[in-house]
Amino acid sequence: MGHSHAPKKKGLLMDYLTTVDHKKIGILYFVAGGIFFLLGGLEALLLRIQLIVPNNTFLNGATFNEIMTMHGTTMIFLAAMPLLFGLMNAVLPLQIGARDVAFPFLNSLGFWMFFFGGVLVNCSWFLGGSPDAGWTAYPPLSVSFSGFSLDFYALGLQIAGIGTLIGGINFLATIVNMRAPGMTFMRMPLFTWTSFVTSALILFAFPAVTVGLVLLSFDRLFSANFFNVANGGNEIIWQHLFWIFGHPEVYILILPAFGVISDVISTFSKKRLFGYSSMVFATVLIGFLGFMVWAHHMFTVGMGPVANALFGISTMLIAIPTGIKIFNWLFTMWGGQIRFTTANLWAVGFIPTFVIGGMTGVMLAAPAADYQYHDTYFVVAHFHYVIVGGMVFGIFSGLYYWWPKMFGRMLNETLGKWNFWFFFIGFHLTFFPQHFLGLMGMQRRIFTFFPNQGLDFGNLISTIGAFGMTIGTIIFLINIAVTNSKPKNAPADPWDGRTLEWAVPSPPPEYNFKQTPQVRGYDALWVEKMAGNKGMIPAEPLGHIHMPSGSILPFIMSVGLFIASFGLMYEKVPVAIIGALITLFCMLLRSLIDDPGYHIDPTEEKGVEA
Amino acid sequence: MSANHALHTELPAEPEKATLEGRNKILAFWFFLGGESVLFGSLFATFIALRDKANGGPTGVELFSLPLVAAATMLLLTSSLTSVMSILAMHKKNVSQMVFWLVITALLGLGFLGLEMYEFYEYVHEGHTLRSSAFGSAFYTLVGFHGAHVAFGLLWLFALLAMTGKKGLTVVTAPKYFVFSLYWHFVDLVWVFIFTVVYLMGKVGV
Repeated sequence: MGHSHAPKKKGLLMDYLTTVDHKKIGILYFVAGGIFFLLGGLEALLLRIQLIVPNNTFLNGATFNEIMTMHGTTMIFLAAMPLLFGLMNAVLPLQIGARDVAFPFLNSLGFWMFFFGGVLVNCSWFLGGSPDAGWTAYPPLSVSFSGFSLDFYALGLQIAGIGTLIGGINFLATIVNMRAPGMTFMRMPLFTWTSFVTSALILFAFPAVTVGLVLLSFDRLFSANFFNVANGGNEIIWQHLFWIFGHPEVYILILPAFGVISDVISTFSKKRLFGYSSMVFATVLIGFLGFMVWAHHMFTVGMGPVANALFGISTMLIAIPTGIKIFNWLFTMWGGQIRFTTANLWAVGFIPTFVIGGMTGVMLAAPAADYQYHDTYFVVAHFHYVIVGGMVFGIFSGLYYWWPKMFGRMLNETLGKWNFWFFFIGFHLTFFPQHFLGLMGMQRRIFTFFPNQGLDFGNLISTIGAFGMTIGTIIFLINIAVTNSKPKNAPADPWDGRTLEWAVPSPPPEYNFKQTPQVRGYDALWVEKMAGNKGMIPAEPLGHIHMPSGSILPFIMSVGLFIASFGLMYEKVPVAIIGALITLFCMLLRSLIDDPGYHIDPTEEKGVEA
Repeated sequence: MSANHALHTELPAEPEKATLEGRNKILAFWFFLGGESVLFGSLFATFIALRDKANGGPTGVELFSLPLVAAATMLLLTSSLTSVMSILAMHKKNVSQMVFWLVITALLGLGFLGLEMYEFYEYVHEGHTLRSSAFGSAFYTLVGFHGAHVAFGLLWLFALLAMTGKKGLTVVTAPKYFVFSLYWHFVDLVWVFIFTVVYLMGKVGV
């Protein structure tokens, strides 16, 4: 033990398969999440093409159900979560002045678990058909279907969920233990704060769906009776477990976007974030209340007026901390020197869009009215306003803002604005008419509709809007390609930033900070700029930096569970056991073999003997 | 300070918290146990919803034998005590005593697991299976999840014991013992609830 040596140069593929560097894992999340996002978007486009005219035969009902289910599942679990994790990985350790996350190895494991879970769910396309019971997979529909499709759903999401849980715990420990000297909790940037609360929500929400998926799998694979009413089971248990996870999940998605918007608006208004401590308070309160409202998804189940009223009121309460945030963003912009860069366009576009989604949320929270809205396009319009208009706008804003930090190149601003306007207008064209379609009685998840029922025009406009969003996304891809052909010359601080990530080069060296910075206030870099300093004041002398070694084990562990899932599904017990043993054996190796890591001398910029 | 440097010096008072890596592990493990609480909470809620749905098969009143379960409880709770003794020995830097108590912990855990397997075997013969009723599904899933936690804990403990001979007690290995003992306490605590909710309440009837 104690042999520390510089890692051998690896090829690009091996480098990324074995990396434990949070910046590279961020890029992995971004690439994988981006691919799933394009896949989910393609599915959405197919759905909208089917619904462009009444009695359309572009897709049949069964295919529509599969694509509709996979669109929801992919977007929530395989696109939204990893894209957020990508941003968190890329930025969060930098924002708190850390050299890496608390557990670099687990960080890699979390990514590969998510990735193989996602691949497993999508394998269903080629192995007898995809899940088709909606992304919520309510029994008895999800149990009684005889093919493998829902097994792919249950096992794939289980594996991806383990990855997410690992990621959440890692970020919690990182934020609590790895902050630079002087970076107190109440000096953390809002993106770090919202990621912190999101990680806590992940920790307490995901185990509920883990249990739900276990029950579903046991019913499907081992003929257990959890949801089999004939043998004493109860289907409502699934709904409770799913939504005890599912409702915090939407705050898991939206809170980091709130954080991005807060940082972006503050930077591009050249002002300190208005009401910082109330923003923190609102974030924590939203996280707390997020666990109190799950049954508002179940108003029509028959829980009775008392339960419905309580869950309705607790749901409306969330409008208060959310309102605090909206006003704080407006007051931050008030009197600021606003620059409408692409990142800020997304952030400013986010505000009215999210307000619309929040308002329909309050409408849905009234149980009596919800009996009318339930399972109609009104609900579809509502959650797309908060998830696309909220979270996706936030992610785009974050990508334009932090792209130079992640890749060392600035995205093209002209293309960025085309991207924004196509996507923004396309989004509203797609989803605004859906409110009215829902009020006129159009059920969600139907694969076609009759002519002359007042639904024709709204659906036509909605599909045209979907093409607008598609063009916007294609322009973004073109932007990436164009940017990649340009030299890698992004400055360390292209936006006149306020927070610590702008104090290091773009992209940062693998150890992030040559010397751990001393933080002297909120907006740590801005404090130093105002004090006339060129950069951060170091909190330690220059010295050798200890780095963890890369490892292929996380990849193999995830492959093990991937193999085991196929064994369970096809009732090949030996395959399941071999898969599980691969994972367990890798865990044993990880436990028994210490990683001495290696040391970097930042003054020489190469690995040296310890 | 690097871990390698610390190896050559005197072991500090609480070696599990001597390095940042150790503190990270302990903190993250507490977080993990928070998630585990939700996991078992969900399983308990499911069980409580389904515990009277025996579907004409044997009910808890007929099945459960309290003396057997009481013996299992004694074994597991005592193993919690012995795992505390091992951590106390670790703090005294007495490696052989620590190993001794860990071995006792493992034996008690094995005894518990043996009783539980015998119990399940009996129940299956009386027609109480995962497939027989919703009560059966909920019972085997909840108690089985706990049993699987005990089994995994034992594998973990064997790996730790195998490691001890080679590496001894250092600031790198100390957090591993400490985190294991946290896990073991948690698994015991879950059993306290299982004993109450599943067996005592089951014996009283619905």
